[in-house]
Amino acid sequence: MMYKGWEGFNLGKWSNDEVNVRDFIQRNYTPYDGDDSFLEGPTEATKKLWDIILDLSKKEREAGGVLKADTEIVSTITSHAPGYLDKDLEKIVGLQTDEPFKRSLQPFGGIKMATQAAEMYGYQVSDEVKTIFTKYRKTHNDGVFDAYTPEMRLARTAHILTGLPDTYGRGRIVGDYRRLALYGVDYLIRHKELDKSLIDGEMFPDKVRDREEIAEQIKALKALKEMAASYGFDISEPAKTAQEAIQALYFGYLAAVKDQNGAAMSIGRNSTFLDIYIERDLRKGLITEKEAQELIDHFIMKLRIVKFMRIQSYNELFSGDPTWVTETIGGMGVDGRSLVTKNSFRVLHTLVNLGPAPEPNLTVLWSKNLPENFKKFCARISIETSSIQYESDDLMRPDMGDDYCIACCVSSMRQGKDMQFFGARANLAKCLLYAINGGADIVTMDKKTGKPLQVSPKFAPITSNEPLNYDEVIEKYTTMMEWLAGLYVNTLNLIHYMHDKYAYEAIEMALHDSKVTRYFATGIAGLSCAVDSLSAIKYAKVTPIRNEFGLVVDYKTEGDFPKYGNNDDRVDEIAVWLVKTFMNMIKKHYTYRESIPTMSILTITSNVVYGKKTGNTPDGRRAGEPLAPGANPMHGRDTNGALASLESVAKLPFDYSRDGISNTFSITPESLGKDED
Amino acid sequence: MKGKIHSYFAGGTVDGPGIRYVIFVKGCPLRCKYCHNPDTWTQEGALEEDVISIASKALKYKNYFGTKGGITVTGGEPLVQIDFLIELFKELKKENIHCAIDTSGIIFDRSNKMIMDKMDELMKYTDLVLLDIKHIDDEEHIKLTGKSNKNVLDFARYLDEKKIKVWIRHVLIPSITLNDEYLCKTKAFIDTLSNVEKVEILPYHTMGKTKYEQLGIKYPLEGIEPPTKEEVIHAKKMLGVIKDVT
Repeated sequence: MMYKGWEGFNLGKWSNDEVNVRDFIQRNYTPYDGDDSFLEGPTEATKKLWDIILDLSKKEREAGGVLKADTEIVSTITSHAPGYLDKDLEKIVGLQTDEPFKRSLQPFGGIKMATQAAEMYGYQVSDEVKTIFTKYRKTHNDGVFDAYTPEMRLARTAHILTGLPDTYGRGRIVGDYRRLALYGVDYLIRHKELDKSLIDGEMFPDKVRDREEIAEQIKALKALKEMAASYGFDISEPAKTAQEAIQALYFGYLAAVKDQNGAAMSIGRNSTFLDIYIERDLRKGLITEKEAQELIDHFIMKLRIVKFMRIQSYNELFSGDPTWVTETIGGMGVDGRSLVTKNSFRVLHTLVNLGPAPEPNLTVLWSKNLPENFKKFCARISIETSSIQYESDDLMRPDMGDDYCIACCVSSMRQGKDMQFFGARANLAKCLLYAINGGADIVTMDKKTGKPLQVSPKFAPITSNEPLNYDEVIEKYTTMMEWLAGLYVNTLNLIHYMHDKYAYEAIEMALHDSKVTRYFATGIAGLSCAVDSLSAIKYAKVTPIRNEFGLVVDYKTEGDFPKYGNNDDRVDEIAVWLVKTFMNMIKKHYTYRESIPTMSILTITSNVVYGKKTGNTPDGRRAGEPLAPGANPMHGRDTNGALASLESVAKLPFDYSRDGISNTFSITPESLGKDED
Repeated sequence: MKGKIHSYFAGGTVDGPGIRYVIFVKGCPLRCKYCHNPDTWTQEGALEEDVISIASKALKYKNYFGTKGGITVTGGEPLVQIDFLIELFKELKKENIHCAIDTSGIIFDRSNKMIMDKMDELMKYTDLVLLDIKHIDDEEHIKLTGKSNKNVLDFARYLDEKKIKVWIRHVLIPSITLNDEYLCKTKAFIDTLSNVEKVEILPYHTMGKTKYEQLGIKYPLEGIEPPTKEEVIHAKKMLGVIKDVT
């Protein structure tokens, strides 16, 4: 079958009744190693549209964070009439609701949360919607709380597990939105129908679910076509121009954010894919470079105004209102060619044309082999805008190939091939305190008895008042972590079951292969605090101090001890041990839908909230003080220079933390060099 | 051979070229009024560490050094521990590491044969000297640091004779070195040397102040503000660090 939209492309596997975007890219993209001198500034239309957004942003801030919220219409792919900033100026169209900056109502994750979020900003969700979602339509949140065990609820209350996606959308799923441009909706529906027909034979529950899910995916694709049609676009066939390609891709993403209020709604790896369409148009003389940049500017502008209705505690957890619209740029191909194209430059150039912005989260896959000109360009844009995120392609490519993207901040997934069940963190610093106190929580009181809450089964606590013995602590800590890992995995199994059941990401999964690889992403918090505490117990003298209940609530720490973050193996080895040990414990358990367990160490902002729920620790940290973010050393304890600090973090084994390790590292420009030379 | 060490900093980028492992030693005969490391004046409480162990610490970062980077010994006054420097640099040169010293040159003394023999030996392994010219005027130098600058300037000439690369560093302090006459003289002196690769103006800052408080020492430059941006640019032009475009 040959489509008009495929004219001028090198055909191959991708066009031979397959869905294979990578093959298309490899056969058609044009690597670019030139400099940035071809780039164009913003057009008048771009400037006007951006002014509209700036004005609305100002009004939104003045209104206390939300300008307008829908309280009547439940957001679905087709729920709203078309919305525009300025219809005549927009080259790429589509808004989440019928008006810019009007936040949609998304109660499928939980009606309580949706209601609360509205009320915080002075809105009332309509009675009808409330009735529907309490009486007739069950939500994800209801499902989870129906099934939670008492122990899971305790762990949740005590915040030994934090950030469980039981009241909000789990997010982190990245549809391969490029498929819409390359194939059009009808082609994709045909493939999904075929996939569904192959699920046949005895109807075990898994098969029933798979058939139902694909049916949902097909419905979502049809709805997407309808939504596009309401804007005057037919996306049933492959895109014929760059504008159509960007538009189709964006409609797919728009459908996803209308359907899901996920914790991170990343968009994938699209720049180089789109470059192929732009190159074709430039060759044909259909557009100029100025127009090409305008298309990209308008596309990125839309990604900047993706908004969700969220409760304040959520915003506190994430220090703001992030959407994590991560766009992955650059990287190297497995054949040694760089995947940098002119469009990689154009996308980053939006930071100049529109000014710096945190969203979309432009992420460059860095390799030492990237073209020098691109490296220089990135460095310059970083200096000017501080808005580029970098990740190591050289580290991820061997396992992930060259068509993976980043979900959220660091999770790598092969686009359209992998998805992940994401959720929460286990607080390992707090777990150490549980080990010492036999699972009683010194900062969370039992509401009925007024005594410290017993969260884990009653394990034997440390009873001696002598200085803590390292081996004894390690033994108890290991036991406590075993318990925690099991409970954590089980809790997530339950949550993801319910999310699939009541808030299934139909449109995002429609843009995946039907047979996907699923990752089961766990996370840990408080690594450096736990490690330094263990180091203190091992190398200094740590004497427990008890309260009236006989629980250890503080520590007298005498003598010095090596601290994580100084490239000192004595303590860094404890960190490596801890990461490996906990990950191995996670791996022991059944994970939902044959998902592959992974772990991350990347609390980027929530470390502050987790710290509030963690008592005094043996390393000298006081109760309530923040834990360090991600895999960072504790604040101020890395005293041997930046490289020593980085080297400590670099020892953590990526194989045991495949979902990502973060190290928040700030330096003042002056400490890097004196001036621009 | 052991060094008397204050601390280490892996990843320095301001004390010599490229990325550097910086070793701060303890002990200094000067008492510069603007010193921002008064905690390195005496050798009291120094960490005593063996050359081999220090070298292996530095070598952990060899991959970061690239073609330009290396180690820099600063302080304190590194040349106070010249025997240690010779041993350390010898050890590092086995691995072909770029070695730099950040010094005031104050202990240089042509009349002292023992010192000169050691200097000659040390210079065999030294790639770069960051030489602080504190003040070009001898009387002012004495007021500012407690000692004469004669040996400092002579050290500069000696390095020139030895063809050792030098970066001249000059701290710009309003009312002390921020003075056209002195800057002019400094420039004239630098122009007599043929081994100067770079001249750096270091604007005086007050970040060392808290250390004085911690050590219970009265801050000598109380009331003197850091130079303004314009003053720094002016001084840079005076020293020929940047060209006067007008």
